[in-house]
Amino acid sequence: MTTSSGSASAQTLRRDRDAGWIGGVAAGIARRFGIDPSLVRLAFVVAAAAGGFGLGAYLLAWILIPSGESASARSRLPTGRAAVEVAIGTGLLLLAALLTFRELGIWFSDAIVWPLVLIASGGALLWRQSLGGLAELPSAPSAREQPRASTPRTAAEVAVAESRRAAAAISRTGIGIALVIAAGFVFLQATGALGAARDVLLALVATVVVLSVIFAPWVVRLVRSLTHERTQRIRSQERAEMAAHLHDSVLQTLAMVQRSAGDPNEVAAIARRQERELRAWLAGRPAPGQAARLAAALEAAAADVEELYGVPVEVVVVGDRELDGDHEAIVAAAREAMTNAAKFGGGSTVDVYAESGAERTQVFVRDRGPGFDPAAVPGDRRGMRDSIVGRMQRHGGRARVGSAPGGGTEVELVLEKRQ
Amino acid sequence: MSEPRVLIVDDHQLFRAGVRAELEPLLQIAGEASGVDEAVIAIQQHRPDVVLLDVHMPDGGGVEVIRRTAAQTETPPCFLALSVSDAAEDVIAVIRAGARGYVTKNISGEELAEAVRRVHDGDAVFSPRLAGFVLDAFAGPAPQPQSELDALTAREREVLQHIARGYMYKEIALRLEISPKTVEAHVSSVLRKLQLSSRHELTRWAAERGLDL
Repeated sequence: MTTSSGSASAQTLRRDRDAGWIGGVAAGIARRFGIDPSLVRLAFVVAAAAGGFGLGAYLLAWILIPSGESASARSRLPTGRAAVEVAIGTGLLLLAALLTFRELGIWFSDAIVWPLVLIASGGALLWRQSLGGLAELPSAPSAREQPRASTPRTAAEVAVAESRRAAAAISRTGIGIALVIAAGFVFLQATGALGAARDVLLALVATVVVLSVIFAPWVVRLVRSLTHERTQRIRSQERAEMAAHLHDSVLQTLAMVQRSAGDPNEVAAIARRQERELRAWLAGRPAPGQAARLAAALEAAAADVEELYGVPVEVVVVGDRELDGDHEAIVAAAREAMTNAAKFGGGSTVDVYAESGAERTQVFVRDRGPGFDPAAVPGDRRGMRDSIVGRMQRHGGRARVGSAPGGGTEVELVLEKRQ
Repeated sequence: MSEPRVLIVDDHQLFRAGVRAELEPLLQIAGEASGVDEAVIAIQQHRPDVVLLDVHMPDGGGVEVIRRTAAQTETPPCFLALSVSDAAEDVIAVIRAGARGYVTKNISGEELAEAVRRVHDGDAVFSPRLAGFVLDAFAGPAPQPQSELDALTAREREVLQHIARGYMYKEIALRLEISPKTVEAHVSSVLRKLQLSSRHELTRWAAERGLDL
């Protein structure tokens, strides 16, 4: 309980459910006036004994005084022990009220009193349980996440805790139901209708026993076979998935290799593409084509270019990042540069190197082709170059094409981080 | 100077045959081995200059061969790791065990012969991919207390970036206007850092990257 909420409830009258026994009325009053709660409780008991005034006052106070909404009070509402205490309290209060009525000369037969008390207790327990479940929903995440954040808990531990909670909830619900049923019994017993009810119940029990003896083995077998079937189904689903993947990838590739067996370049390109794809799959990376990160997008572009032109493209990426619009542009420009290198590089390996850091992203695309004289650039190549340079400029980056006869061509793409 | 004698260690017979066919015209082949035990014995027997070592083999793989050879011989041969794998933890593990370089199996015969000669000359061989791994591993601030081994110099970064971009050592020398020997020195220095650095990234990072690389 925090000091701020403590001082707040000291000024205004609030029921204190943290310190309270039943509804927190006495504790709340004691806190408001700065006296010992035992004194207030004693006053209530004395008043209750003297004509039942205290009891009525307590009930009224419980209804009228709002509860102090401390965090622990909220989380306390659904907890098991509190629910049981509330149930007992409700039963006792009702009993006290009835006894008060008796003192006043209004009396119902015992056949009503005890069942009413039991029903009140059991009903309170059930109500608390179901309402507690509702109240738990909004408050639970904050209450449960905190320990999980500070001390990392394993999934197994959480599961155990959850199942324990569930078991406790079920047992409380069971107690509540038992109380209500017991109330019914007592009522029937007292009114003499138990004999008939017992006959009906006996017939019912006998029927249930007979039926369960007949059907139990069958049900057990059914449950077992369902579990077995489920594991089998999961297994066969996994196998089907794997088979589908192999069929779509490796088998298709093998078919393509057989068809183009006469063209070693083609075969090599197909094999490399398959190798890339299989590696990505084994490593659990997303397949090329649905790449949302720089490295994967560059790999995918390289694989496409390899496939189209039959030239090996080696990609090395240092650092990785999410793709935004600007980085999609750098990938597209790099793809153009790879295409260029594959078309004019004389069939040599294309090296792609990308480095992505906090300040900038750089991509280098290099081939070892005959190179070219920048002064005598063929027209179509100039167009490609414009699309690379222009695209980079539109996205706040720059591109440089360096080339020297005999040394191949290198395209450098740079994207500085925007301020 | 005579050509280096090479021992080929790989558990795939087909792959050994392929490498032998490609290297035979270029280098001397000292022998082949198909597993860890066989490799350790063959190294004692044939005394090769360079061992082409497969990273993935039963009973410990390339790392185990390097470890056991180092325990038995005073003058172990140079190891050049050769693997189909490009998982970071494999690369880092075999380099830290003592290999002088790492190349992937799709390397051409000529490039492989060149890499073997370079390793034999005492230099380090970094493929573009390995250069990328190292840059990644040494990215971010160096841990405290700062050790010279835990960070790359600006020049070393530059050299590695050029390797990753697909430049040959000679071309890097031309571009950076330094001598090829200086490029070699930088690469060897990076290799030493890779082997001796206590950067936790190198051990932990490898496992992490293995998952999402």
